[in-house]
Amino acid sequence: MISIDVYSIVLPLLLEGAMVTLQLLVICGILSFLMSFIGGFSRLSGIAPVRWVSGLIIEFIRGTSLLVQLFWLVFALPLLGVNIAPGLAAIIGLSLNYGAYGSEIVRSSIQAIPKGQTEAGIALNMTPIQRMRSIILPQAFRIMLPSFGNLMIELLKGTALVSLALTSDMTEKMMQMRNTVGHDTQLLSLLLIAYFIVGYAVTLLFRWLERKFSAGRV
Amino acid sequence: MVETQDANALTAYNIQDKDPIVKYREIKKAFGDTEVLKGIDFDLYPGERVAIIGPSGSGKTTMARLLMTLEKPTSGTIEVDGRYLWHKEVKGQLVPADEKHLHEVRGDIGMVFQHFNLFPHMTILKNCTEAPVKALGLSKKEAEERAKEMLDKVGMLEKAKDYPASLSGGQQQRVAIARALVMRPKVMLFDEPTSALDPETVGEVLQVIKDIAKQGDMAMMLITHEMSFAHEVADRICFFDEGIIQEQGPPSQVFTQPKTERLQEFLKRFHMNGSS
Amino acid sequence: MSVWDWEFTFADVLPQLLQVIHVTIGATIGAFAFALVGGLILALGRRSQKKWISWPTYGFIEFVRTTPPLVQLYFIFFVFPDLFGVALPAIVAGILGLGIHYSTYLSEVYRAGIESVPQGQWEAATALNFSPVQKWKSIILPQAIRPVVPVMGNYLIVLFKETPLLAAISVGELLGTAQSIGSSTFRYLEPITLVGLFFLLMSYPASLMIKRLELRLDLNRK
Ligand SMILES: Nc1ncnc2c1ncn2[C@@H]1O[C@H](COP(=O)(O)OP(=O)(O)OP(=O)(O)O)[C@@H](O)[C@H]1O
Ligand SMILES: [Mg+2]
Repeated sequence: MISIDVYSIVLPLLLEGAMVTLQLLVICGILSFLMSFIGGFSRLSGIAPVRWVSGLIIEFIRGTSLLVQLFWLVFALPLLGVNIAPGLAAIIGLSLNYGAYGSEIVRSSIQAIPKGQTEAGIALNMTPIQRMRSIILPQAFRIMLPSFGNLMIELLKGTALVSLALTSDMTEKMMQMRNTVGHDTQLLSLLLIAYFIVGYAVTLLFRWLERKFSAGRV
Repeated sequence: MVETQDANALTAYNIQDKDPIVKYREIKKAFGDTEVLKGIDFDLYPGERVAIIGPSGSGKTTMARLLMTLEKPTSGTIEVDGRYLWHKEVKGQLVPADEKHLHEVRGDIGMVFQHFNLFPHMTILKNCTEAPVKALGLSKKEAEERAKEMLDKVGMLEKAKDYPASLSGGQQQRVAIARALVMRPKVMLFDEPTSALDPETVGEVLQVIKDIAKQGDMAMMLITHEMSFAHEVADRICFFDEGIIQEQGPPSQVFTQPKTERLQEFLKRFHMNGSS
Repeated sequence: MSVWDWEFTFADVLPQLLQVIHVTIGATIGAFAFALVGGLILALGRRSQKKWISWPTYGFIEFVRTTPPLVQLYFIFFVFPDLFGVALPAIVAGILGLGIHYSTYLSEVYRAGIESVPQGQWEAATALNFSPVQKWKSIILPQAIRPVVPVMGNYLIVLFKETPLLAAISVGELLGTAQSIGSSTFRYLEPITLVGLFFLLMSYPASLMIKRLELRLDLNRK
């Protein structure tokens, strides 16, 4: 059943696609991480309109489906005269989407820090920025980490959707191969395993980070 | 001039030629519809130790939190060392203070909380050096020297490298006291510093506070339910009830000859019936 | 021709989309029902004392959770016929694929619920000499599921928003239909925008409802 030559043809292509998937994962991971903080802080802003507008944007992004957004960016936006490359559209769509989910992680983690911590900071006459930087964020970050780990797995799975929106990632490469060489079972198994390996690496990375940031708890 | 109505004349502490370091004037505080403080006039003199006693919910914590800027008064003024705390003077007018102004004035105040509020992600030493470095602008070395001196004073120097979670409640509170002392405030607030502690560790914390009270010229406001401790440490006792100061005076007088019925009732609960 | 064509929107796009809404909703309900059952089985399998049950279950959950549902859909759609000699209708493959994927999420939800049942309840069930089936059916599960209903509701919404995936195996649901309207008229803007709005209009009120449910359950517990 298992034919060696299939793998020798497929593997190079798979790796080529994997590079695209990894790039998307890293770039969108970083961008959505940044957006999570921007979104999360906006939601907690002392200025009411900032809270409202950010809440509106976040709910809008979360409410419309990711794949629909990707299609919109790739197929509908050009009709409005805005032409962006499919790869860029993929990056924008994924980052916005997972950034919106991440905003809720940031917001809820910051809110989870007991009020006494802020009050101790005030009693020690630290400025709001100092309190945020040295008291609240380090503690909130520990709470965020596991959720961000899960978010990165979701992002990894989400990157597969770009294959439907004109970006040639790992999934798209394999589906192309399907059409030319067949062997559905091997190709798709290989693809699943490839995703699992990347996902498992992400899981390990976040476990390591969690250990690294766990000072102070017994 | 020596009228008994003047609260300060009742104080044993010698305050004759000093100005108060803290002045509450007609302070009111409401949470929503419930008025918790109903007009507080209160002076605290440099170096003076005042114990605040009173039933639960009478507004003691709220009074301290207003001074620490954790809560904003509904009306009235507080002065700290000659400056308004919650107001700024602009062209002779009082306008609400901004964060910058609060930052300047609250440097004179320190606070020890009922639940310690140590920073769990920092070592004991870091807990004590973070604010001096960030808020006072001390060098790391200076801050550590000061912190170690204070940790030594409260008997916690050996634990400097540990994290708060590994300490007992009493030990954590001692660290919290050291942390507040490192900032060298002129006024220190203690809000029931021992009421969250196991009975066996209450003594060590009270001892530390007594030691601090003996030395130094820091004014102290002690909210406490430990009557014998209040008696021993305080120059003046303030009895709080229903959002106002009902009665105040030197411990010998307040505890032995309570004037108001409410205070008599209150003291009975602690088996101090005024005739001891 | 203006950028947005209202006539086209109301005369062509909207009717066509309305005709396939039932596919999206049916797929959501079907997959969720599958996941409710599958999740419970996985949760129980994971709790099993027998290692040969609990370990493979754990492995399966981790694998499925870590790999894209899109690829899983392809796998089911294209590989099942190879393996079993039967071609699945696209909609069945779709329900199966999403159902299996969300089973793994729901197994975690069940697990959290089961772990929240106090020890005393287990002991009481034993003391009353319930059989294992009775114990689970009448003591443990009712208590385990109640507090996690809002979480399940949230997964229902997430699952709903994931159904456009089925377009990839040419199920004629909303997005697939929008796509084909687009490719035949060269107007993608209206159909895709409408589909996005539809998801927003369905999922946002639903999530508000779940927040309220959460609050109510919270209050009841106190
Ligand atoms: N943030 C708040 N919001 C609403 N009500 C509050 C708030 N803080 C305090 N209160 C109310 O104000 C009243 C006074 O509270 P406070 O904590 O000052 O009393 P206390 O004298 O310190 O009591 P205890 O001895 O129990 O500590 C109480 O009835 C309390 O419920
Ligand atoms: Mg209190």
